[in-house]
Amino acid sequence: MHVPDGFIDAPVSAGTGVLAAVAVAASLRGARRELGGGLGEAGERTAPLAGLVAAFIFAVQMLNFPVAAGTSGHLLGGALAAILVGPCTGVLCVSVVLLLQGVLFADGGLTALGTNITDMGVVTVLVAYGLFRALLRVLPRRRSAVTVASFVAALVSVPAAAVAFTALYALGGTSDVSLGKVVAAMVGVHVLIGVGEAVITAATVGAVVAVRPDLVYAARDRLSVRLELRPSPLASTDAGTTAPAQEPATAPTDALEGSPARELESAPAQEPAKVPAPRRSARPLWLAGLAATVVCAGGLSFYASASPDGLEKVAADNGIDEKAEDHAAEDSPLADYGVKDIANTRLSGGLAGVIGAGATLAVGSGVFVVVRRRRGADGGASAAAPQPADAPAER
Amino acid sequence: MGAGHAHKLYKDVRSPVHALPAHCKLAAVFCFVVLVVVTPREAVWAFGAYALLLAAVAAASRVPPRHWLTRMAIEVPFVAFAVLLPFVAEGERITVLGMSLSEPGLWGAWNVLAKGTLGVAASVLLASTTGLNALLLGLARLRMPPLLCQIATFMVRYADVISDEMRRMRTARVSRGFEARGPRHWAVLAKSAGSLFIRSYERGERVHLAMLSRGYTGTMPPALGDGPAARAQWARSAALPLAALAICVTGWAS
Repeated sequence: MHVPDGFIDAPVSAGTGVLAAVAVAASLRGARRELGGGLGEAGERTAPLAGLVAAFIFAVQMLNFPVAAGTSGHLLGGALAAILVGPCTGVLCVSVVLLLQGVLFADGGLTALGTNITDMGVVTVLVAYGLFRALLRVLPRRRSAVTVASFVAALVSVPAAAVAFTALYALGGTSDVSLGKVVAAMVGVHVLIGVGEAVITAATVGAVVAVRPDLVYAARDRLSVRLELRPSPLASTDAGTTAPAQEPATAPTDALEGSPARELESAPAQEPAKVPAPRRSARPLWLAGLAATVVCAGGLSFYASASPDGLEKVAADNGIDEKAEDHAAEDSPLADYGVKDIANTRLSGGLAGVIGAGATLAVGSGVFVVVRRRRGADGGASAAAPQPADAPAER
Repeated sequence: MGAGHAHKLYKDVRSPVHALPAHCKLAAVFCFVVLVVVTPREAVWAFGAYALLLAAVAAASRVPPRHWLTRMAIEVPFVAFAVLLPFVAEGERITVLGMSLSEPGLWGAWNVLAKGTLGVAASVLLASTTGLNALLLGLARLRMPPLLCQIATFMVRYADVISDEMRRMRTARVSRGFEARGPRHWAVLAKSAGSLFIRSYERGERVHLAMLSRGYTGTMPPALGDGPAARAQWARSAALPLAALAICVTGWAS
């Protein structure tokens, strides 16, 4: 989605450049607060840790996820950065990544840098963070809530960036493709990309939450656990506590690897939650995904399809109204992302969005079912890399 | 980590273009790309002239043509988009080779293709003649906010470390017989990403503490550079954008 030079005309590129500069300047101030610990602290932590997260995002974008035979996608990372390190640092990191990609790898044009930062940095991060926080406020205080919220946030953030791109395109696009088609292509493709992004972001955030919940910035206040001291599980085996008794074979390794952390971080509280968590989180996850997809596809195309009207009107005014032929040429009932025989363009656009989302969701749930079914067979941790930090929580 | 952080695009040869200070080159390339973007698309000859200019710079830089031509492959997705444009755009239809194509669509495709290709070519030339450190120093000299420069510097420093870590984790997965074949393996990859984040972040915290103990206060010591560029160097780097300006003005006038 890196926009090259010449895709958006010069005035709009300049405008988005200014917008991006303002956003980055604001984030530079905010990032001190996010990474520096307290409000009054000096921002000396900002640069090293923001640079590190930027490098992480950069590396994760190189991690390819196979989608189907032959094709693979990669993470965009905006939502992940926003959730893990906060919105301001997230904007900074994505911006720096985009800048260096433009300068070092010629990925994305230099004049389009402002457009790219506005689109992929600012919009993605802000939408993801806002949605994540709002969802956390609504959902119950549980660890699975973080996973669900990050799923939805990532799912919506990608099509939101596509919509933002379409808006920029409407302002300063250099080629005469009707806006309806651009919306259709961009949002359609990006809802699909968003599903992949959402699954991976949710799993990544879930993995981080399981081991170091304090590193998930956006959920820090929700997950903070007060320090509590508990007797060692080894000392009290005869007392009949249920948790260690379940797995007598693994108890010694636990004691070796994680007993100090366990005593401090109230691990027993995490432990029972971990076992039923995958089973319990399935339905809310699915329902939230359904709701978000429908809202996103229906709601966004409801509003988005308001703009082609304007453009079509302009086109008609200028006498370049060739659209009737175009519509006739496309026989699909969903041609141009509007349902035929429904007069209200907004409604039909929204309806088409919902139908498209339904199809997407069917595919998505199919993927989920497959993932669920295979997960037991794969045995998660044994196939994964040796992850000493991950292992105790994974088991 | 200690290998001088040469990036993939950099081609280490001696040439007048390599010798120019990075900030002069950055400014020149940026002005050039801006001029290319504002040139009207109907002035077809102008883009040919721009390409000749770039070819001249490439010849002067002694970067092997194969090196920078292969690096331009990054543009391929947009070439695909440009090829699609004449079929989907509106406007008057004309018939080319028996296919009904949209005329504005053809112009749009030409516009994206020509400007995008020139932009990518210019960026690739810049990247293959400028080392990473020089590039970061150049950005700092062009008055990029110091904090942003530092973040970029740290990112470059950490990029190799993190990709090495990622490579090690990949080796570990592969040596256990793991092969990512489809969406059902996403969970494993995502868990790898999660533990990659934790490992990197903890490492970053350790490095930060080490820096603090060596007197880091939030600003880097003034970077060792070549000092401000001489007027002759500025003049030499300005040759490209000035020639482009002449072409652009002629393009608008015609």
